[in-house]
Amino acid sequence: MDFTFEDQQLAFRDAIHKFLMVEAAPEMLREIWETTKSGRSAELRAKLADQGLTALSVPEEFGGINLGDLDWVLVQQELGYFAIPDSLTDAAYLAVYLLTHLPADINLKRDWLPRIAAGKARIAVGHPLNPFVADAANADLLLLWHDDEIHALKPGQITASFNPSIDLSRRLYKVDWTPSPATRICPAKQGRQLWKDLADRAALAAAAQLLGLAQRMLDLGVDHAAQRKQFGKPVGSFQAVKHHLADVAVKIEFAEPVIHRAAQAVAEDDPRRALYVSHAKLAAGEAARLAGRRSIQAHGAMGYTWEADLQMYMKRAWALDASWGDAKFHKARVAADILAGAAAIGPSTTFPNMNPESHHG
Amino acid sequence: MRLIYTERQKQFREEIRDWLAAHVPKAPLPSFDTEEGFEAHRRWEATLFEGRWSAVTWPKEYGGRGCDLIEWLIFEEEYWRAGAPLRVNQNGVFLLAPTLMEYGSDEQKARFLPRMASGQDIWAQGWSEPGAGSDMAAIRSRAVRDGDHYVINGQKTWSTRAVWADWLFGMFRTDPASSRHHGLTFILLPLDLPGITIRPIKQLNGLPGFAEIFFDDVRVPVENRLGDEGAGWNVAMATAGFERGLMLRSPARFQQTARKLVDLYLRHRESADADPGIRDAVMKSWMDAEAYTLATYRTASRLGKGAKIGAEASTNKIFWSELDLLMHETAMRILGPYGELMPEAPDGGPFGHEHAAWLDGFLFAQAGPIYAGTNEIQRNIIAERMLGLPR
Repeated sequence: MDFTFEDQQLAFRDAIHKFLMVEAAPEMLREIWETTKSGRSAELRAKLADQGLTALSVPEEFGGINLGDLDWVLVQQELGYFAIPDSLTDAAYLAVYLLTHLPADINLKRDWLPRIAAGKARIAVGHPLNPFVADAANADLLLLWHDDEIHALKPGQITASFNPSIDLSRRLYKVDWTPSPATRICPAKQGRQLWKDLADRAALAAAAQLLGLAQRMLDLGVDHAAQRKQFGKPVGSFQAVKHHLADVAVKIEFAEPVIHRAAQAVAEDDPRRALYVSHAKLAAGEAARLAGRRSIQAHGAMGYTWEADLQMYMKRAWALDASWGDAKFHKARVAADILAGAAAIGPSTTFPNMNPESHHG
Repeated sequence: MRLIYTERQKQFREEIRDWLAAHVPKAPLPSFDTEEGFEAHRRWEATLFEGRWSAVTWPKEYGGRGCDLIEWLIFEEEYWRAGAPLRVNQNGVFLLAPTLMEYGSDEQKARFLPRMASGQDIWAQGWSEPGAGSDMAAIRSRAVRDGDHYVINGQKTWSTRAVWADWLFGMFRTDPASSRHHGLTFILLPLDLPGITIRPIKQLNGLPGFAEIFFDDVRVPVENRLGDEGAGWNVAMATAGFERGLMLRSPARFQQTARKLVDLYLRHRESADADPGIRDAVMKSWMDAEAYTLATYRTASRLGKGAKIGAEASTNKIFWSELDLLMHETAMRILGPYGELMPEAPDGGPFGHEHAAWLDGFLFAQAGPIYAGTNEIQRNIIAERMLGLPR
């Protein structure tokens, strides 16, 4: 029993943190989001690829470094902290998962996995949990759900209509397309489980990003409260403000291990991974919502402006809280397990099934 | 990361599970806040000691098993799962003992620890005073050196289980010219010394769960001092602080309550669902009990690798005390008009007699955000030491 990460995993996380601190500054992201149609930067994607982020879980035979969900979860927290848009996760984590686990369609893997690893392909993923497909108009390939089948479409085979989000990091599209035997790359029989496993990874990634966003919003609130003076003192010296922010620290502290258990459960194909992922998404969403609320309060009127960076992270948190399954969806999944009667709950049931022998990377 | 128990840990779980199955009293013991219940719980401590289960993390020489924190978590899981009695000596075993191990002389450890482990000495704590609650550095009770004795005068209060306890550990001001956290000394003393008057204080449930203690020229040998004279504050706040905080409220306690709450809800679902908030609160209870457990496993793993835990320990106290309130408030919502019934009420309706335990826990949960450092103090600590906000 060891609920800590490997030093190597933590070192990689730290390196990504330092890198994004410099390369994903809020003013730079704003520039991209506010002035470009795609909201994306090829230059930034190339830099992320240099850091190995796009190759993280691509198998070595396709030019990747073949790491797993546990490595990803730490990185996802950083992607959240720095508000890196959906496109990176959708291509490098989610699309890679689908492509890697496709039944023997080697051509598609050989065509796309090396390009993703090199940071040269954007792949959008459409799943019924989300009414829109993120970054669909900017994708080189779209992997779309149709009755549990997986379909692969080129940009010319779809019509994408833009639906603006309050979160400027998001580029949401309604996608019109026609499924056909030619676009189908995986039948429903195998697709059903693949889509389930994909959705769990997507919700886990969103949860980890929400936790990172919560930490960023807390940090911004602390910075503001320490600098802003009223009544001759920093407002952060007043107990009411301190306690607002301390509550956020508590939420983050107890959401993080929930997310890490979910990551391990996903990595190990634990039979209860749906429960653990939904728990993680709910806990992270709660932490992020509270962080937003308390941070805007600590910011005072500044927090209600476009100018203060808080808005970028707060809006992204609001958006992610409801993506890849909103609270209604995830609560229903928690209820389906623990309120089903005869569920294994209580002392000694926390890690019942984790089996390192079943590791799939 | 390896979220699976080793074979040794699995065997340890089996061993404690089997032992508890054979030894846990079939009928619940009377409350340890009654004289009869106190002695029954003392006998249970002795039974635990005989099986070498009363202080599993202690070194073997003092009656423990030298368990690490993961094994301690396993022990606690089985203990709460089995519905074993509350620990009447928890202030000794979980709060004083780690401090004794760190600051006590070999003579002191040999003198106090085995008797504590066996329940021969039940310990109460003497921190708070009428003028020193959250502001513990305002302690005024004095211990004046007179040859090889300290002469103690003053008053302690809110001293849990002091009514029937044998010994007290607490802090006294040995330097009359000192103020705040200077000049305080950590002293251990038997509660039957001449000059000690104990006045029971009734708690919310009407039982004398704590007491006021008056000291009138009480003479305590100098060898009962723990750590150096004047170093009491540091002794009390020592590095062991976190582990103590960790061990006082093991996650299994809350997991067990959450399990019972889910069970209560499922058996009374039809009436409970009339209030749509109840289902949500039941699920939140399970989730937060799991979160507390996971966080504790993480901390235990980190400590096992030599890490030191700092101010984030304050988050624990807030989290479990609020969770305990949530769970018991939710149970009371399910019980509805039966929630107020005392245990002896004959007509528990659809709830039989199970309402009594929920009421008991509900009352005790009210104290959680207050004792062991109020949650407001914990939030100050988090804000200042974890977040770096200005004083």
